[in-house]
Amino acid sequence: MIKIENVSKWYGNFQVLTDCTTNVEKGEVVVVCGPSGSGKSTLIKCVNGLEPIQQGKIVVNGTQVNDLRTDLPKLRAHVGMVFQHFELFPHMSITQNLAIGQVKVLGRSQDEAMERGLRLLDRVGLKAHANKFPGELSGGQQQRVAIARALSMDPICMLFDEPTSALDPEMINEVLDVMVELAKEGMTMMVVTHEMGFARKVANRVVFMDQGQIVEDATKDDFFGQPRSDRAQQFLSKILNH
Amino acid sequence: MNYNWNWGVFFQTIPAGDETYLTWVIHGLGWTIAISLCAWVIALVLGSIAGTLRTVPNKKLAFIGHTWVEFFRNVPLLMQLFLWFFVVPELLPRDLAMWVKQDMPAKEFLTAVVALGLFTSARVAEQVRAGIQALPRGQRNAGLALGLTQTQTYRFVLLPMAFRIIIPPLTSEFMNAFKNSGVAYAVGVWELVFVSRQMVEETGGQVIESLIVPTVLYIVCAYAANRVMAVIESRAHVPGFIVAK
Repeated sequence: MIKIENVSKWYGNFQVLTDCTTNVEKGEVVVVCGPSGSGKSTLIKCVNGLEPIQQGKIVVNGTQVNDLRTDLPKLRAHVGMVFQHFELFPHMSITQNLAIGQVKVLGRSQDEAMERGLRLLDRVGLKAHANKFPGELSGGQQQRVAIARALSMDPICMLFDEPTSALDPEMINEVLDVMVELAKEGMTMMVVTHEMGFARKVANRVVFMDQGQIVEDATKDDFFGQPRSDRAQQFLSKILNH
Repeated sequence: MNYNWNWGVFFQTIPAGDETYLTWVIHGLGWTIAISLCAWVIALVLGSIAGTLRTVPNKKLAFIGHTWVEFFRNVPLLMQLFLWFFVVPELLPRDLAMWVKQDMPAKEFLTAVVALGLFTSARVAEQVRAGIQALPRGQRNAGLALGLTQTQTYRFVLLPMAFRIIIPPLTSEFMNAFKNSGVAYAVGVWELVFVSRQMVEETGGQVIESLIVPTVLYIVCAYAANRVMAVIESRAHVPGFIVAK
């Protein structure tokens, strides 16, 4: 579904990604973790072409992302993305947020989009807030709406860029619960996160990054059981010892 | 103060006709409002385009926006007015130049509108740019990630919030359009500054009355602009969004 082959990226002279290779199969949940500044957020933004790459190749569902002839809006329409800071559109009500992509990109009618939006809102437990604005919701509620917005486009896969990092601790679980649910339904997911509990629960594989490189790409059991690299061992001991 | 007040001066007829000075003032107010509103429309349209261009990823388009702003921002308004009035017609093809100089209707008025409109557009452009850049970077990404095109992202996501954020500075700019319209007297438009100067010269001594009434009218115009923008601001309020409050 997502193939990342020998991807390198520079900001000016600074290399942020070095020869990254990994892939996400259909129905698989891959968690990307690593210390801050390791390039994990940059890598996931390359997958739907929000960030350009200078070397290598990224293919999503058979379409090469870093090909100038690729119709990126068309590709992105079916790759859901959830951001660290939610990025709901503040001047639109919750239902408008859920409808805009469906109407402007997929060409659905306003009624159809509203109906589908409300159904997804119900699914993330926020139907009562349909007519509110993003600024009137808590962080956890906003992020659940953001997930529903991504789902409204009938995505073939979902990208999560640190979806719980900006949340108060007590709101993290309500978001993770929605994500676990999605994973169980068989959604293909690439998730940048520090939530190792989530990784243990639903990940098929864990990709560990450090300094722009993929240091380890292992099944969940191997990664948590016997990480091969020293760097991954250090990382795990630091975040799991609490 | 040994000043001979005479508010009745406004009901005197002008030397060369049967109009009163009050009629002049009313006409002057009309021209002031006409210049300001027409220039503001130009400034808002062109300024929004130039300011938006400055923020697009395409380097060439961004450069066009940048050049626009720097040109109209770095030359004094009065000089721009003179350039449009005296220099630009000389640069036109001969027949067109003759027409502009001799036959173009309302030449002074149109020149003032263009000069003030373009001057103000550079200032509006900077505010629009600032508004767009003040938005979180992720907003653009969120729009694009949904599959919206770059243009749709501006239209539906970025500009609606950017304009809300910049309503306060835009209010000042709208008020400036009224106040700056006074330069039009320099090319002979009979707006408020022109009328008050003319009255000072002709009434022989009623300087204060001649200047105070137009001054008060400017205050009324600018304040009306302010109130109009305040209504727009409260209508555009986004629930739960602090900055736009």
